[in-house]
Amino acid sequence: MFDIKAIYEAQSVGDAVRLRLEHPEAQIIAGGSDVLVQVREGKRAGRELISIYGLDELRGVSLDGEENLRIGSLTSFSHITRDPLVQKYCGVLGEAVDQVGSPQIRNIGTIGGNTCNGVTSADSASTLHAWEAIVELTGKNGVRRVPIHDFYIKAGTVDIRGEEGELQTAILIPRASYENTFGHYIKYGMRNAMEIATLGCSVNVRLSPDKRRIERCRIAYGVAGPVPMRAPSAEAAASGAEPSLALAEDFSRAVLRDIHPRDSWRAAKDFREHIAVEMAKRALIESVRKAGGDMA
Amino acid sequence: MSKVGKSEVRVDAFDKATGRTKYYEDRIPPGALYVRIKHAEKAHAVVRSIDTSAAAAIPGVVKVLTCFDVPDIPFPTAGHPWSLDPGHQDVADRHLLNRHVRYWGDDIAVVIAENEIAAKQGVRALTVEYDELPFVLDVQEAMKDGAPQLHEGFPNNILKHTDMRKGDYAAAILEPGLIKVEGWYETPTVQHCHIENHGCYAYEEGGRVVVVSSTQIPHIIRRVVGQALGRPWADIEVVKPYIGGGFGNKQDALYEPLCAWCSTQVGGRCVRIDCSREETFVSNRVRHAIRFHIVSWLKRDGTIAARKVECFSNQGAYASHGHSIVAKAMGSFPQHYPCENMECDSWTVFTNRPAAGAMRGYGMPQASFADESNIEDCAAALGMDPYEFRKKNVMPQGFHDAFSGNTNYYDSFRECMEKGAAYIDYERKMAEYAKDTGPIRRGVGMATFWYNTAVYPISLETSSNRMLLNLDGTVTFQCGETEIGQGADTAYAQMVAEAVGLRSYRDVRVKSCQDTDITPTGLGAYASRQTYVAGFSIRQTADILREKILTSAAERTGHPLGDLDIVDGCIVRRSDDSPVMTLSELAMTAQYDPVHSEHITAESTFTIRSNAYSFGCTFAEVEVDIPMCKVKLVDIVNVHDCGKLINPALARAQVHGGMSMAIGYGLSEQLLFDEKTGRPLNNNLLDYKLSTFMDHPHLEAQFIENPEPTSPFGTKALGEPPACSGAPAIRNAIFHATGVAIDRNPINPHVLFEEFTKAGLIRDSWREED
Amino acid sequence: MSAQYKLVRCNINGRDVEKMVDVRASLTDMLRNEYHLTSTKKGCEVGECGACTVLIDGETFNSCIYLAIWAEGKHIVTLEGLMGPDGQLSDIQQAFMDEAAIQCGFCTPGFLLTAAEILDMDRLFSDDELRKLLSGHLCRCTGYENIFRAVKKTMYRRQGLDPEL
Repeated sequence: MFDIKAIYEAQSVGDAVRLRLEHPEAQIIAGGSDVLVQVREGKRAGRELISIYGLDELRGVSLDGEENLRIGSLTSFSHITRDPLVQKYCGVLGEAVDQVGSPQIRNIGTIGGNTCNGVTSADSASTLHAWEAIVELTGKNGVRRVPIHDFYIKAGTVDIRGEEGELQTAILIPRASYENTFGHYIKYGMRNAMEIATLGCSVNVRLSPDKRRIERCRIAYGVAGPVPMRAPSAEAAASGAEPSLALAEDFSRAVLRDIHPRDSWRAAKDFREHIAVEMAKRALIESVRKAGGDMA
Repeated sequence: MSKVGKSEVRVDAFDKATGRTKYYEDRIPPGALYVRIKHAEKAHAVVRSIDTSAAAAIPGVVKVLTCFDVPDIPFPTAGHPWSLDPGHQDVADRHLLNRHVRYWGDDIAVVIAENEIAAKQGVRALTVEYDELPFVLDVQEAMKDGAPQLHEGFPNNILKHTDMRKGDYAAAILEPGLIKVEGWYETPTVQHCHIENHGCYAYEEGGRVVVVSSTQIPHIIRRVVGQALGRPWADIEVVKPYIGGGFGNKQDALYEPLCAWCSTQVGGRCVRIDCSREETFVSNRVRHAIRFHIVSWLKRDGTIAARKVECFSNQGAYASHGHSIVAKAMGSFPQHYPCENMECDSWTVFTNRPAAGAMRGYGMPQASFADESNIEDCAAALGMDPYEFRKKNVMPQGFHDAFSGNTNYYDSFRECMEKGAAYIDYERKMAEYAKDTGPIRRGVGMATFWYNTAVYPISLETSSNRMLLNLDGTVTFQCGETEIGQGADTAYAQMVAEAVGLRSYRDVRVKSCQDTDITPTGLGAYASRQTYVAGFSIRQTADILREKILTSAAERTGHPLGDLDIVDGCIVRRSDDSPVMTLSELAMTAQYDPVHSEHITAESTFTIRSNAYSFGCTFAEVEVDIPMCKVKLVDIVNVHDCGKLINPALARAQVHGGMSMAIGYGLSEQLLFDEKTGRPLNNNLLDYKLSTFMDHPHLEAQFIENPEPTSPFGTKALGEPPACSGAPAIRNAIFHATGVAIDRNPINPHVLFEEFTKAGLIRDSWREED
Repeated sequence: MSAQYKLVRCNINGRDVEKMVDVRASLTDMLRNEYHLTSTKKGCEVGECGACTVLIDGETFNSCIYLAIWAEGKHIVTLEGLMGPDGQLSDIQQAFMDEAAIQCGFCTPGFLLTAAEILDMDRLFSDDELRKLLSGHLCRCTGYENIFRAVKKTMYRRQGLDPEL
């Protein structure tokens, strides 16, 4: 039994917007794997909830008119991993969310929930940052699109305008972002399943047609700071360069100029920095390999 | 012996495979009131006041009770047999609720409500005022003069100190040319993590209190509840249904006394206490963190001249099983690697941490980690192969311990080690992996252990049971040594079938549910004792039952008693094995005899005055990714000599579980506390790193079956032994892979990062530049 | 506040059922308290141990963090539903018994339902894939070893292969 004051079940996106405006204090619940845990802990106990879990219109993956990859916010992690479009255009996202929690959590957890709770350790977040995803929000004034980087305001806070009745309705990976691009995600955890990331690192590259040059390299981290973040110094070091092991060293060292992990009981700053460098190196090497290049 | 030694399917397997098995929560009557406990949010304090008005006003709240309401009756909680000698009784330092808060999570109040939510809201609505006291978490800090005091009458927080002396250590170490190997070894606080949390419910019936509990020890719980409530023990009835694992946590009175008392405070209505996982981690029991200091003095010939062992056991806030655990840990050293000159000391010390109690291994996983780490380092210091060093120094065949009366009858250690070494291909891999120099390196390691079976001569060791011949020729069996998941009921069924002469173990109906009003008094499930001790009383009661059956058959058939036997559920004439009558025919004839009706039953108690050494070892193979600070366990094998196996398949299964626990102990599990506040940090299954399905390789379990001479069935301890030697074997494998000897567990990535940095295997240039 | 109830209609273990349910209930609460399907176990109530796992429309979910009201219109299977109509055991239940994959039994119902989902995918998974598919359940008794054997052997049998590993 959850200590919930009341539940309003949205029947459509429009209905959800209306409920948001009617009940400004209410908390949106998608899959509930975070919200219900917090209710039980007492953190969100006694609150009203607006359930959007029943909105099947927010499920599924498609290509929109501009061939952007469009992922409905309620699409579960397991469905993202199994989706042929994701596998074709942004396989690393499917691989990343396939490392969330456990199979059961991947069946209930949604990409919308994973991003809206604003936590830095979300397994989807670093890849969405590295692929410059766009967040689609729907409110009383219609649809608003926000780059994922701007969507995260601070730890636990994202740019959703409650006063406009907004909810997240989709996440888009622009065509320009995924075209000819290959990536790799490494989750660092203390065990191999049922794990929250100590650090997450997602790298992707686009190689020149002859595979001899990295045209574009992007890297993003989870848990390297209060919100997921890119590492622009490292990206600059690799973009335009020839793939080589020496480059991998320079690239990975450069991330230290960008990230600022903290000391906590979960992991020390020194340790996080150490593995951040090692993960960057390994993720770059693997990304180049997936793109058909060779680091040696 | 035809019914034992076979891999039979568990007697409870069908019900468990179909979800029909009823655990305590599945039996709670509708309408039971919910009790939620308010846990202190201070590590050390005195409760000045608790404002209950807001909680009492919540609809559905029936009653709020605080530490100011409980009777002033201190009681002990350890699941030890009662001792008639007051000097040997457990420390009575508990109250139902506590004004003096001794750890973060101590119980200070309860809210009793008609529903779960009202009870939770009630707990949140309590306002507590504390007078804060300084607190101490570290065992040696707590022993210092001026450290915060937890209990009156225990200066420097020392619950107990014991020592052991052999030869003359001080003189022995003066011998010229000795090599000194000294280390401090640190083991962590861990928790049992049985998947069913502890819980119980209680109500009054006929003026007495009934408690149904997820416990390993119903008869002991009856005594403790009686003590805590200040009522005659016979006023209490404790029922133990199926339980979802215990591993020692439920070998303690947990919330049964409080639950029983709460029922008495609401007119005997049924009340329930269901521990959450978070409460289970903090407010039940944990395994003692023990710090060891070992100094070994070695002769050049590879023998041990002298050894000094100091053990500092972190008891946490309350005595629970107390000094027994570290005493057992300390006691393992002189027998594991006997040497002429030994000086051992152990201290059990109160700190402001959760109370430590029994956990699978009872001090031996800790001792084994320290001992087997030090022994590995001794071999390295001598330049000897660690396997050879152990063969030379480990307890030899024929070794006899005067205190327990145990004898090492066979060459078990050598046999176990040979089998383990062969499985893992130890010698070849030691040589081959020594060549690894890259970032990813492999290694193999080993460790051994010994274990006592049961608790003689420390405590009473007794077992009772009852056998009833049913009309269909089957036998109903009851005893107080409980099934807690380990498979005891199936072993009993096989032993009873064998001892009575039934067709199959399926012809034994084991009553798995103990009820202290009905079940013959027993001590419960602990100390890896059930199969061993129940074996004595099963053999004895079976003999009584057989005699009754055969006497009855002789009277009814006119056959001479001496010429009758029971074979495969049938009474036969010994002279030619010809059938006389089936057991069913006898039971029917006896029961419905119009003149001399008889229901054939037998019951007896056997007091065991022996013990038995159980032996074994672990060999592990690891792959260490140095830059990533990760250890991959590639392969692991345990070899046990636990005597004759009653059920090989279940024995293997039990070993797997112990190995899994040892893997977690070696690599990932640790309950953490905030140094600034004493608050537990990771008391949930996400942050406490229990091994998952993806963290294990194949677990190989093998046996040496040397029959134990003292046991009627040739068997001895197996429940706890598999948890003992895994962690140090992994530690030693990491040592051989990397050359880094790590003297604390769990050896997780944080530890590896620190140790590899210290050893120069990791050089982060940017940190060196700082 | 006054209690809020909702009529929840669903299919549980092959039967269409409906009941007024407290909207605050988890699916675990509903199955255990309203339908007495007590094979659904509570080990953590936050989706970490897997003991409460049930199948919803053929996929595994932790019923402890699934609102009962979401069950509306869904097909739910608990362990009680794995047994055939005449009481015959499914192959995976029998395999758990035969392989000594059961000890205390508390994690067993959840594991069996995940195993049922895996086997219904009708594919031959690698050892690593199987371990990953089963990784949403914690067990403290078995070290997962015999559970793994039971699932793998049953998968082999269903694929018409020799189950001797």
